[in-house]
Amino acid sequence: MSTNQEKGFPERFLGKKYPETMEDLPIAAIVPWPGSTLDVTTHAWRTFRPVINQDKCVRCRLCWIYCPDGAILEVDEEYTTSTGKKYKVSFKVDYDHCKGCGICANECPVKAIEMVPEMK
Amino acid sequence: MLDVPRVEIRFHGRGGQGAVTAAKVLASAAVDEGKYALAFPEYGAERRGAPVLAFTRIDEKPILEREPILEPDIVVVFDPSLEPEIYMKGLRPNGMLVINTKKTVDQVVKLLEEHGLQKPRCIARIDATDIALKHLRAPIVNTSMLAALVRAASVVRLETLEENIRKVFAERPHIAEANVKAMEEAYNSTEVVCL
Amino acid sequence: MAVVEEKPREEQLPTRKKKIAATGSDAAAYAVRDADVDVVAVYPITPQAPIAENIAQMIADGELDAELIHVESEHSAMSAAVAAAATGARSFTATSSQGLELMHEILYIASGLRQPVVMALATRALSAPINIWNDYADAMGMRDTGWIMIFSENVQEVYDNLVQAFRIAEHPDVLLPVVVTLDGYILSHTTEALEPLDREEVLSFAPKRPRGYRPVLDPDHPVTIGVLGAPNWYQEIKVQQALAMRESRRVIEEAGKEFGKRYGREYGFIEPYYMDDAEVAIVTLGATSSLVKAAVNRLREQGVKAGMVKIRVFRPFPAEELAKVLENVNALGVLDRAVSFGGALEGPLAMEVLSTLAVRGVMKPFINFIHGLGGRDIFVKDVVEMYQKLLEAAKSGKSVTRTLFYGVRSRKGHVI
Repeated sequence: MSTNQEKGFPERFLGKKYPETMEDLPIAAIVPWPGSTLDVTTHAWRTFRPVINQDKCVRCRLCWIYCPDGAILEVDEEYTTSTGKKYKVSFKVDYDHCKGCGICANECPVKAIEMVPEMK
Repeated sequence: MLDVPRVEIRFHGRGGQGAVTAAKVLASAAVDEGKYALAFPEYGAERRGAPVLAFTRIDEKPILEREPILEPDIVVVFDPSLEPEIYMKGLRPNGMLVINTKKTVDQVVKLLEEHGLQKPRCIARIDATDIALKHLRAPIVNTSMLAALVRAASVVRLETLEENIRKVFAERPHIAEANVKAMEEAYNSTEVVCL
Repeated sequence: MAVVEEKPREEQLPTRKKKIAATGSDAAAYAVRDADVDVVAVYPITPQAPIAENIAQMIADGELDAELIHVESEHSAMSAAVAAAATGARSFTATSSQGLELMHEILYIASGLRQPVVMALATRALSAPINIWNDYADAMGMRDTGWIMIFSENVQEVYDNLVQAFRIAEHPDVLLPVVVTLDGYILSHTTEALEPLDREEVLSFAPKRPRGYRPVLDPDHPVTIGVLGAPNWYQEIKVQQALAMRESRRVIEEAGKEFGKRYGREYGFIEPYYMDDAEVAIVTLGATSSLVKAAVNRLREQGVKAGMVKIRVFRPFPAEELAKVLENVNALGVLDRAVSFGGALEGPLAMEVLSTLAVRGVMKPFINFIHGLGGRDIFVKDVVEMYQKLLEAAKSGKSVTRTLFYGVRSRKGHVI
């Protein structure tokens, strides 16, 4: 996948990635940069943060499916539980983009996600 | 033949007789002969059998007047049962009536007199229904009436009309040929009397 | 010093093509065929239906290789046309009256997303009462939707304007949708002489650009089209759009001139008719212009110095050109074929013309005429009468502040 920059769109279509004035803005509010939502963090929205208990987690992926922000990450990290069960992957939270809505905790069938107050 | 730079023709028919198509084909023929022309119907709630009006203007120069023709040089009447008050309305005193009828010219004149209408300068009569039934097996008289019109007033040439009829029925040549035969017969049997 | 080779005019003009007889609907379909449109999304409505039928026939006969989308409404037709344009396709639709009203929401989206959709609008009155005949109420409702609007006076202009529309809409400095009007029935169903171009000529005049010359929906080069514009940027995006509309003037002008150079028929924003020495003038739009020209001819024969101005491009409005050509008249009228109910003047065109003049400090005795609503025939004699009213205004130096409805069947006379 090539970027639109490589494609050589004229400036007026591309604008600047972080425009400050109208002249820097791509036309028609078209966003010619794929994945631009990654640049916007929403971590400050949280009151509670989800914390995944890797021991309790059965890797069912329901949190990953239900997360409205794609903030549950499936990572290649092996884990062996206290009872000796081995998993090839682990589920982690992308705390830059998690808004703390708690849907993952609500959906988790084994109550492996705890919502912990952000206040320190 | 009328000797005016612009000819304004009004067609009177009933829905289904092909008056609108006749006006268009006549305009096409005029364009083919290098003239300017405008053809348009009077739009209403079109339905088979209802009285229908269509107009054709032909000129050597571009035509700006897009208004309906109120004072035609020629009226072409497809259906003898239409009211004479309607089709004679506004016809210029030196104008011409081209009418599909079984009546003689004298009888047509008498009919107009009975209705208290002014006589046109010339009358062209033709029994187009008979000709259409003979060649097309349907009372669609538009092609025969066009032939009668060009016999009475050479607004375009008969050959150009025939070429255009062939274009209209390009996918059904047998219908085109039947129409051309009807036109030939209509052309030859049109009776023109100037009063 | 550059040497300008002067050729006699006849040599510069291309050889005249054979004229054919065609209706405005035929002409629109021929233009779509010759511009090799990729996607046609259309829902039939009177009097636009023959355009849709002709295009469907051309696709069925293999004369045009396009995708015809059978949509379930005009709202969907415009949505599909916008989406097709967003993939980089050359996209066309056509409608009339109520169909345009149903499209309205998406009209703004087409221009806001800067998608170069081209549309033919067979103008027709709006319900109620239901009416299928010509006036400009539907077109005037498009005024503020951000579309470039070109009015056609005759069948030839329907073809020529549509060919130019593709070049203008898709130009990288414009990227705005363009609507070309044809008066319902008066052009859409009237047969007259048309001189079409060859497809090669049309494609060289309005070339199809490589698909990726502007951001389009393409999985290999992802972009997002149709995002939220919050208060922090919405205004800038709309100003950009207004500037693009201004910028389009240059491209429209170039297209009209180039068309003239190539094919002998030059087009400007306005067409002045006998305006060099005109003392009274009427400004109007579309096929109504022919009638006004005929009235001018009649008056000139009587020695009256009448003139007329046809507005060809209504959006962007040709204010500079119009102000210049109206500078020296003694009285001015605008003939509208639509009503802006309760407006400062009830004719939408009249308000444009007056703003044009007022902001430049040009004040003339002025009359706004409204006639020809819902297919009411305007006769040349009616227009001659309007000119007589203008001559009175020129003499007295006074405007008629109330908009005058002409040709009304009223006990108080035909002018209300």
